[in-house]
Amino acid sequence: MILAATEPWWIGIIKAAIIINVLLISMAFTTLLERKLLGRMQLRYGPNRAGPYGLLQPFADLIKMVRKEAFAPVAAIDLLYIAAPAFSAFTALTAFSVIPFGEGWKIWHYHVDGEVANVPISLILIFALGSLGIYGFIIGGWASESKYSLLGSMRTCAQMVSYEVSLALAVLGVVLMGRSLSLVDIVNKQVDTVWFAGPQIVGFLVFFIAGVAETNRPPFDLPEADTELVGGYSTEYSGMRWGLFQMAEYVNVIVLSALAVTLFFGGWEGPWAPLGPLWFFIKLLIAVSTFIWIRATLPRLRYDQLMRFGWKVLLPVATLNALVTALVVAAT
Amino acid sequence: MSPQPVDSLKGFAVTFRQMFKKPITQQYPEYKRPVYPRFRGRHRLHRHENGLEKCVGCSLCAAACPADCIRVVAAENTQYNRVSAGERYARIYEINMSRCIFCGYCELACPFDAITLGNEFEISEYSRDDLIYTKDMLLAEPIKKMPVADPDEFDTPIPYYKIHS
Repeated sequence: MILAATEPWWIGIIKAAIIINVLLISMAFTTLLERKLLGRMQLRYGPNRAGPYGLLQPFADLIKMVRKEAFAPVAAIDLLYIAAPAFSAFTALTAFSVIPFGEGWKIWHYHVDGEVANVPISLILIFALGSLGIYGFIIGGWASESKYSLLGSMRTCAQMVSYEVSLALAVLGVVLMGRSLSLVDIVNKQVDTVWFAGPQIVGFLVFFIAGVAETNRPPFDLPEADTELVGGYSTEYSGMRWGLFQMAEYVNVIVLSALAVTLFFGGWEGPWAPLGPLWFFIKLLIAVSTFIWIRATLPRLRYDQLMRFGWKVLLPVATLNALVTALVVAAT
Repeated sequence: MSPQPVDSLKGFAVTFRQMFKKPITQQYPEYKRPVYPRFRGRHRLHRHENGLEKCVGCSLCAAACPADCIRVVAAENTQYNRVSAGERYARIYEINMSRCIFCGYCELACPFDAITLGNEFEISEYSRDDLIYTKDMLLAEPIKKMPVADPDEFDTPIPYYKIHS
């Protein structure tokens, strides 16, 4: 393997600029995909007025949100209130920088890595950024000085903390099998052996369920539960500040799907290695569609059910999975 | 009843199957669902076959209107200006469509069947002034025509009030 140091610094900047735009555009079209797919699953068409097949809908939404008045409550704590959505969106976008989407290419006489930043502890970095991003939701709800927002942010606290534990423990099995915390090494290990979704099927299920909870997606969308809490932490937000919260949520979905693909489904591995990003993208699309599929199928959990499921089912299963994997890895 | 996880999986199968069915949405501006024959939409004023107006300006419709949206000012028919078949005619006949609740009481009250409720429901305007319909507008054929479902299949035979009156 060629060392990352052979890549000049300006290639990283170019890659970052490309990836962030691709990410934002795919985020926009994820919203469209979600509405379309949800519609079809409920025997509706979904948005089909803006442009052919409704393809311009995300841009129409963006223009609407930017032009809307960003209304703020008088009692809101200004700095935190404004910073929270930007913070959430920032961490969500940053987390994608370590996801490997290709094997790496030799362009002219430079080696180009298949990810924006090749960090040896990229998995820990992603979890750290994910935990930080939650503070955006918590602080945003708290700084709004509204009852619904506060309830939403309290729920965010409890839910995120409890499911993050299971999420991290579920990944532990993969780390043990890949013998590395670097996502690149984990993917390379899967290319050499098998996709970890096979031996780590329990870990994958726990990871995916905890991931759905971690990204506030139905059926775990209690922090924003529109039927009970109006909008949870985003009740008092409007205009593009609300848009940033939504953006953070969808980018989180994409990052988590990308992480699931990387850790359990061989990342960019496919029939022809130079086409890595394509295989990665197809797998990502399937993972994101599964999120939407779950949303279309399951009703929202009650709060005590959520807590019981998190602590009494997911956490023991994840721990057991990590223990068994450790024993098996140590034995072989 | 099967156990909970199995039921949830069945639910996933249902939503997956739904994706490949044809949506039941009716794409409204392109497809206009035919209205029932007795649908109460935009009002019409009618004429006799000889061209005289059926309305005799009796104001019974205005009296019956619960929303008070009809204004009738009657005038005498003269030898040289014969507008309706009766003694008098409606010199001014206005319906304020922004107030009308489409209850159809004017239709019931009218002794000569001069006013009926038509089938058109696309009557929005950009200005409130445009929603005050004058006699000329109500007498003319409506600009937009709505498709009507087959009366043989959907209409009731003869309304009660038309037999007993």
